[in-house]
Amino acid sequence: MLLINCPWCGPRGEHEFSCGGESHIARPALASTDAEWSDYLYFRKNPKGEHLERWRHDFGCRQWFNVARDTRTHAIRAVYRMDEQKPEPER
Amino acid sequence: MKRYSAWSLFQEGLGGQKGWRPAWRAAAPKARYDAIIIGGGGHGLATAYYLARNHGLTNVAVLERGWIGGGNSGRNTTIIRSNYYYPQSIALFELALTLYEKLSIDLNFNVMFSQRGLIIAGNSRHDMETIARLIGAMRLLGVDVEEITVDEIKRAVPALDCSPRARFPVFGGYRQKRAGTARHDAVVWGYARAADALGVDIIENCAVTGFEKSASGRVQAVETSRGRIACDKAAIVVAGHSSVLAEAAGFRLPVTSYALQAFVTEPVKPVLDVVCWTLATGVYVSQSDKGGLVFGGGLDLYPSYAQRGNLPIGASVVGTLAEQFPGFGRIRLLRQWAGIVDVVHDSSPIIDETPVPGLYMNCGWGTGGFKAIPAGGWLLAHQIATGKPHDIGAPFSLNRFRTGALIDEAAGAGIAH
Repeated sequence: MLLINCPWCGPRGEHEFSCGGESHIARPALASTDAEWSDYLYFRKNPKGEHLERWRHDFGCRQWFNVARDTRTHAIRAVYRMDEQKPEPER
Repeated sequence: MKRYSAWSLFQEGLGGQKGWRPAWRAAAPKARYDAIIIGGGGHGLATAYYLARNHGLTNVAVLERGWIGGGNSGRNTTIIRSNYYYPQSIALFELALTLYEKLSIDLNFNVMFSQRGLIIAGNSRHDMETIARLIGAMRLLGVDVEEITVDEIKRAVPALDCSPRARFPVFGGYRQKRAGTARHDAVVWGYARAADALGVDIIENCAVTGFEKSASGRVQAVETSRGRIACDKAAIVVAGHSSVLAEAAGFRLPVTSYALQAFVTEPVKPVLDVVCWTLATGVYVSQSDKGGLVFGGGLDLYPSYAQRGNLPIGASVVGTLAEQFPGFGRIRLLRQWAGIVDVVHDSSPIIDETPVPGLYMNCGWGTGGFKAIPAGGWLLAHQIATGKPHDIGAPFSLNRFRTGALIDEAAGAGIAH
C-alpha cells in the first residue's frame, strides 16, 4: 500500500488515487512530423528506477499533481504540484 | 537428446532411474553466434527452437538473466485461448493454439495441454450485446466459439453464483471449447530441451548490459555479465524489461511496465473443470491438476518493476472471486505473486526488427503472452532468419504506432487492462 502525500489533502492511501502516467511530456507544435506526434502519443521512458509521473486524487480533492517514485521499490521521493519544477535528479 | 517414451520410462524403472540426464546442457558462452536471443522465457526459447527447426539456424544462444522459467513464464495463470476480435489477432492466436495442440508430440515433452474449454459469462444486457458482436466476428473467421445460456453456464460451472440476486448476475455467455490450460513450466522446459537438442546454447545467469554497434549502426555484439559475445543478429524477448534493453540499444518503445498479480489457493477436490471468466469483473479462474484454484484479475495500475502485487488490487481480486463463487470464500489462499508485463496502447504485441539493424524484438503481449508462446517464437524466428516479417506477424510492426494502423484489442476484444 502506497501512502501518497497529496499536496492539498495530506497523506492518504493509494486506493484514493489513480496514476496518469509519465509527467512533463510536452505537446508538439501543430507543424510537427508524424514521428514527433507518434513519440508524443505513444512512446514512453518507462524507466526501471525513478519515474516522474502524474497522479490524481480521485476520491479527495480531484486535483492532479506530480510524484517522483522508484518503479523498483515504489518508494516516493518527492510530491510536487503541477506548476512546480521537477526535483533535481538524485546525485 | 534421450527421447521420452513409455519404453524409456519402463527401461529406467528397471534400471533404478539412474539413466536420466539433465534436460539441457549448462552451456558456457561461445565467442560468437549467428543469433543471440535475449530472454529465456517461453517466447525466447520458442524463437530459438523454431530458428533451429524451421530455418536450420543452430549457432544460436539464449541468454537468460536468471533461470529458465523464472520470469513471467513461471508467473502466469496458464490460460490458452484465441477469442480475439480483429482478423490479424485471430490469425496470430489461432496459429498459437494450433501449435499448442501438437506441442507435446512436437517437443517430445508433455506440456499437459488440457483443452477443457473456456466459459465467459456476461453480467448485463450490455455484456450480452458485446458477446453477440464478438462471437459474430470470431465465428466469421473460424474460431470455435458459441453463445451459451445461463442454464448451460450453471451446469458447466455449478460453483458460480448465477442466482437472480447475485452481486454480478449472469445473463448468459459464450464458450470456446478448444481453449484450456497447459503446464507453464513444462512449456518452457520442453522448448529449452528441444532447442538444446538441436544445438542451441542455453546460458543462464547471464544478464545483458549493453549492445555494441558497428560503424554503420548495426548490432555486432552484446555486452553481458559473462563478457562480450559477438553476433550477426540479436533479439530482445524480455517482456516487462523491454524498455530497459531498448534504452541500452538507444531507442524507446510504446511500452509501459505494470505488475500483474496472480493467486493460487490450497488444493481442493475437483470443483471447476473449465476456465471461467466474467466480463463485468475481469476475474478469471481455473483449477490446476494439483487442485489449487489459480486466478487473477486486474493490473496494478501504476508503472512497476517490482515483482509483487499491491494490496488494494489483491484484495479486490480475491474479494470479487469470493463474491462470484461463494463456496470459494472459505478456501485458504496459498500464494500470491506478480509478474511484470509490457502493456502497449492497443493491447497487441510488437514482433519486428527494431530501429537498430540486426536487432529484433518480440514484446507488448501485456497480460496475455503465455497463450501466444508458440506463435511469438514461430513469427520472430521467421523474421530473424529471412529478414522479412511473416504474413501473420507483419501487422504487429513497431511502425504501426507511426502510421496509426493500430490493432486495438483493448477496445475490440474487451481486454480490461
